[in-house]
Amino acid sequence: MDIFLQQVINGLTLGAVYAVVALGYTMVYGIIQLINFAHGEVVMIGAMVAFTVIGVLAPYGWPPLLVVLIGVACAIPACMLVGFTVERFAYRPLRRAPRLAPLISAIGVSIILQHLAMLIWSRNVMSFPQIIESRTYIVFGAAITNVQIAILAICVLVMAGLALLVYRTRLGTAMRATAQNPQVAGLMGVDINRVIASTFGIGAALAAIAGVMVGTYYGIAQYTMGSILGLKAFAAAVLGGIGNIPGAMLGGVLLGIVEALGAGYIGDLTNLCRYDWLASLLSERCANGGHFILFGSNYQDVFAFVVLILVLVFRPSGLLGERVGDRA
Amino acid sequence: MNALFDTRNNPKLVWAGVAVIALTLLVLPFALAQVGTTWVRITNFAILYVLLALGLNIVVGFAGLLDLGYVAFYAVGAYTYALLASPQFGLHLPFWVILPIGAMVAAFFGVLLGTPTLKLRGDYLAIVTLGFGEIVRIFLNNLSRPVNVTNGPQGIAGIDPFSFGAFDFSKPETLFGLDWSGPIKYYYLLLAVVLMVLAVNVRLQNSRIGRAWEAVREDETAARAMGINTTRMKLLAFAMGASFGGVAGGMFSAIQGFISPESFVLVESIMVVAMVVLGGMGNIWGVVLGAVLLSFVPEILRWTVQPLQEALFGRMLVEPEVIRMLIFGLALVLVMLFRPAGLLPSAVRQRELTDERAA
Repeated sequence: MDIFLQQVINGLTLGAVYAVVALGYTMVYGIIQLINFAHGEVVMIGAMVAFTVIGVLAPYGWPPLLVVLIGVACAIPACMLVGFTVERFAYRPLRRAPRLAPLISAIGVSIILQHLAMLIWSRNVMSFPQIIESRTYIVFGAAITNVQIAILAICVLVMAGLALLVYRTRLGTAMRATAQNPQVAGLMGVDINRVIASTFGIGAALAAIAGVMVGTYYGIAQYTMGSILGLKAFAAAVLGGIGNIPGAMLGGVLLGIVEALGAGYIGDLTNLCRYDWLASLLSERCANGGHFILFGSNYQDVFAFVVLILVLVFRPSGLLGERVGDRA
Repeated sequence: MNALFDTRNNPKLVWAGVAVIALTLLVLPFALAQVGTTWVRITNFAILYVLLALGLNIVVGFAGLLDLGYVAFYAVGAYTYALLASPQFGLHLPFWVILPIGAMVAAFFGVLLGTPTLKLRGDYLAIVTLGFGEIVRIFLNNLSRPVNVTNGPQGIAGIDPFSFGAFDFSKPETLFGLDWSGPIKYYYLLLAVVLMVLAVNVRLQNSRIGRAWEAVREDETAARAMGINTTRMKLLAFAMGASFGGVAGGMFSAIQGFISPESFVLVESIMVVAMVVLGGMGNIWGVVLGAVLLSFVPEILRWTVQPLQEALFGRMLVEPEVIRMLIFGLALVLVMLFRPAGLLPSAVRQRELTDERAA
């Protein structure tokens, strides 16, 4: 039981981060039907900027929370700047082009961002300065750290803030109108370019926060960290129903839990020595409590893709989405 | 129009052009060997990329299915060759047996990818194929336990080179008074293979199958209404594209003599996509041009940028590898912005990519 609970807690933490990244994908997709392939790289840039700032400030002995907050405060504008620039120069001119064109352009942007980041921060892994004292609490036999609690709390706050923004402000109304029908929204006096740019900006700000969280959680950041994280978050967005904001939150959390439980149990489940009829065939390996594990936890990264493929095959509209994912 | 290139009024010029190109291709490796054998190797890799780009062009250009995990098939072909001709399992089959096997295994994987994704179109398909590529790589990385199949991240070494009896492609020899180094021999082999693949592609494009692919790409519903079995056509595109990738992978394996999952990362897929997109999706000659350009330009830069930087700044500021990747990224973005149909557009694709109503 406690192992199960432990995996759920770990999955929830990571899933909350996926959810915040997935929101960036889903908002952009909802409004201009573009898979912003470069979103993962924006997360990476957020982490790198914040790490640099935190690394500079760490020796002064200021309160850790303040240092991290300053790091986030620097990462958000940096990421928003990247988001605006990319939208303006790589996506906006292609808004009327067929769908593959902006996608290919987005792939190009992603490569460019990744390698620019490599030029700035080098290939080396940056490690998070040890300024936060890790505390572990035991809840029902499972451990949860203060970092995990902070990540969960921040994610809930961010998602609540976003929901308020989208459903309670004028900008949010304009965004939803543009998502429904850009032409009509334009006729109603919505400045579509501004709304789309704001969507990218908000997504990038979320990405910055997510970048800092994931960097803090793992304790490291590298220029390659964005692509796989971005893909998983995209899988989460699809799982929840792309274009659907509550869906992205649900999808992120679910994917995180699936991944953690999958990684936690796949080794046991595929240990062929558990199954009597196979164990007799593999008697050499299974003797004296030996193992014959087909797939271990090193296959963790496969789960997100398997989930993605399964969802797209069996329910392309995702768990909460209405849109059918069958438009070319 | 320049009279020298006016082939419409003077069809003989075409043959003259073909003769010039053929002669150049025949002499090329010996000319390059004068500069350095490295350049022959670079040329060989360029030809491998041409092979890959031609294979991907079937999927992306002809059938309009954006595949971002194409390197998976390259990997499957490479590993098939490596497992059947290396000390890993102690098997040493001859290459003309393995290459067809590799092509078939890759085609099987193509169908494996194609079947669940038949209903998906456009961007969704792109992401799923990308995920597929990653899954294959993760498996290659981890299939060293509990039974050691791929040797994990260490990769497989000591892969047999191509050989016909005593004629070994990797060993230097002197024939007809010329020095034939290993890469030069491989060059001619690769050239022969690429010509064959080109012929197949040209014939395919205007065949019943090629036209069916085009119909599926333009409008799947209409194609189905016209009696085209769209399921079969899409699977065929995946399988054929994959099998070319498999052959290229097998040759890569033999030429390198060593492979590891490192060679089959996502960036490789995107590089091949960049080649197809830059050259012109759906146009065979455009794709060849794209692959040749994106293989050589970064290498030429590698040899010029480094000394230049050292002369200017006293040290290397920007690694050539980074410049290479930045070129790939910029190529994708700029081509989409300014020439969405590529450098040498195919007529139909151009209409499709520039006319907004065709979306």
